[in-house]
Amino acid sequence: MPTPDMLQLSLGPVLFYWTRQRYADFYRDAADWPVEIVTLGETVCSRRRDMKLGDWLGIGRELAEGGKQVVLSSQTLIESEADLRDLRKLCDNGEFLVEANDQSALQCLSAAGLPFVAGAALNLYNPASIGVMARAGMQRWHAPVEMSRVDLSRLLDDCRAEGLEAPCEVFAYGHLPLAWSSRCFTARRHQKPKDRCQFVCQKHPEGLALRSQESREVFTLNGIQTLSGACQDLRHEVADMAAMGIAVARLSPRSEGMADIVTAFDAARRGELAPPGPLSLVEADICDGYWHGRPGMDNTRLPAG
Amino acid sequence: MELVCPAGNLPALKRAVDEGADAVYFGFQNSTNARQFAGLNFTDKRAREGIDYAHARGKRVFCAINTYPQPDGWSQWTRAVDQAAELGVDALIMADMGLLDYAARHHPALARHLSVQGSATSHEALRFYHDHFGIKRAVLPRVLSITQVRDLAKQSPVELEVFAFGSLCIMAEGRCYLSSYLTGESPNTRGVCSPAAHVRWEETPEGLESRLNGVLIDRYAEGERAGYPTLCKGRFEVGGETYHAIEEPTSLNTLELLPELRELGISAVKIEGRQRSPAYVSKVAGIWRQALDRLERSPQRFHPDPAWMAGLGEVSEGATTTLGAYERRWK
Repeated sequence: MPTPDMLQLSLGPVLFYWTRQRYADFYRDAADWPVEIVTLGETVCSRRRDMKLGDWLGIGRELAEGGKQVVLSSQTLIESEADLRDLRKLCDNGEFLVEANDQSALQCLSAAGLPFVAGAALNLYNPASIGVMARAGMQRWHAPVEMSRVDLSRLLDDCRAEGLEAPCEVFAYGHLPLAWSSRCFTARRHQKPKDRCQFVCQKHPEGLALRSQESREVFTLNGIQTLSGACQDLRHEVADMAAMGIAVARLSPRSEGMADIVTAFDAARRGELAPPGPLSLVEADICDGYWHGRPGMDNTRLPAG
Repeated sequence: MELVCPAGNLPALKRAVDEGADAVYFGFQNSTNARQFAGLNFTDKRAREGIDYAHARGKRVFCAINTYPQPDGWSQWTRAVDQAAELGVDALIMADMGLLDYAARHHPALARHLSVQGSATSHEALRFYHDHFGIKRAVLPRVLSITQVRDLAKQSPVELEVFAFGSLCIMAEGRCYLSSYLTGESPNTRGVCSPAAHVRWEETPEGLESRLNGVLIDRYAEGERAGYPTLCKGRFEVGGETYHAIEEPTSLNTLELLPELRELGISAVKIEGRQRSPAYVSKVAGIWRQALDRLERSPQRFHPDPAWMAGLGEVSEGATTTLGAYERRWK
């Protein structure tokens, strides 16, 4: 078990569209991983209907029985009355805390007097907005993905000075969620209209790479969502995060190898991660630029030049 | 419907007013607004002059303070709000919840409009901003279909302003971090997207190349029309195909939707383009004034004049226009 003030690890919602079987297998495995929080739900597209709210609640109950804190995450881009109906059902689930990813969710939750987690896309960049959220019932908040260590450190200090104590979560591992559109880029690639997309996202369990004409992975297409081309990996920053007073490091699920990633972060928070050797992690598709106040795509661990 | 036009500088503001804008919007010369361009925007003195000019002609002036106050700059943003209030603007256009809260507390009588950067795409979201910050109007993101706008408008607690013409953001505004991923600067943090300081053009044996912070955005064959390398409008390779994987260079033009927007009770149509020239503002404002006047005279029989469409086409990105997300099949 982690010590009380140790950085907690959370599993973010699966951003991709998997099959029911893949979700089931993934969360059965995750039950045994050293993460304290698991965030469930479909945050990207309302057309991804394989998993119903009841399915998520079922998975949530099993994880909760195993001692995990379970959070249900809301769809980030709400466009239609149907989206709102699903959102209300999610907010009224009666069992689990909800992560609000837009102001529609904030309205449903705060009007009902329900506590919530503020998602990264709510754009909380300053103590004033965090104060508004705290008064509306916020229990925890996720920092904007583009915020640097220096800015976040200052923000946390300022929040503490104002008596705003809600714990902060940081996106520590995975392809960064960077944009949402009403257009589906995966359907566009498959030359299908969005309304008859034939759920082509399921063919891409880790998204679809968008490369420059020089073959550099720039972004990752995931339906209506655009993710970073590189995978952000802050495993070597977790000691620093804990020292700054960050409460939770979020790990964004991928379809393969997630257990090893969780193990590495668990070791890192215990100070047991082997220090990076000069040649050990020159993986081209890793980035950590945002954390270091640089373009998000940068990898500061690569030798300059 | 009110015609709201962009004012990147004083000459543009005056041209917009002269050509029939009902309201103009501007920002200060810093990162408190979402069009931070070198040489653009207003000093206190110029703003005062512009406001006087518009007010003397019975027109309104809105001030955009629609970026997100950064951890090291809160006072810069509140100063902008105080300054705009002191100047006597007719409304503030804002996105950040903390700043909306500040304005509501310190300048309760000054109208607050929710910026498109506030990403409100449902009547529930509008209700949140209305109940918490007393917003009077909201600018809708360019991601909704006309049917979705209709559903939203029926239950909206506030006036609605929609984008009518100009550059087309196809991501939900306020929630797009693509620019900072490539350059370190985004609309939210710095009021910029694909900033010019990171753009490089290069003639190569493969053709003319445009880069953003080193990343190849597009490559043009001889005779091809080259456009500004906005990162979402380049040609990229996905699954073995090279194409405009996100969006083509094109502009939004909703002239033909005017009767429907009017019927939905939309309060205002917004022209994008504070970064464009006074000549652009003048031309676009003039065409939209004519269109709105004709709409009011005979809403049932309104059709866009081909000359208007041609005129707007000339000042559009890639010389083409689209209805964007308003039209379902675009998605």
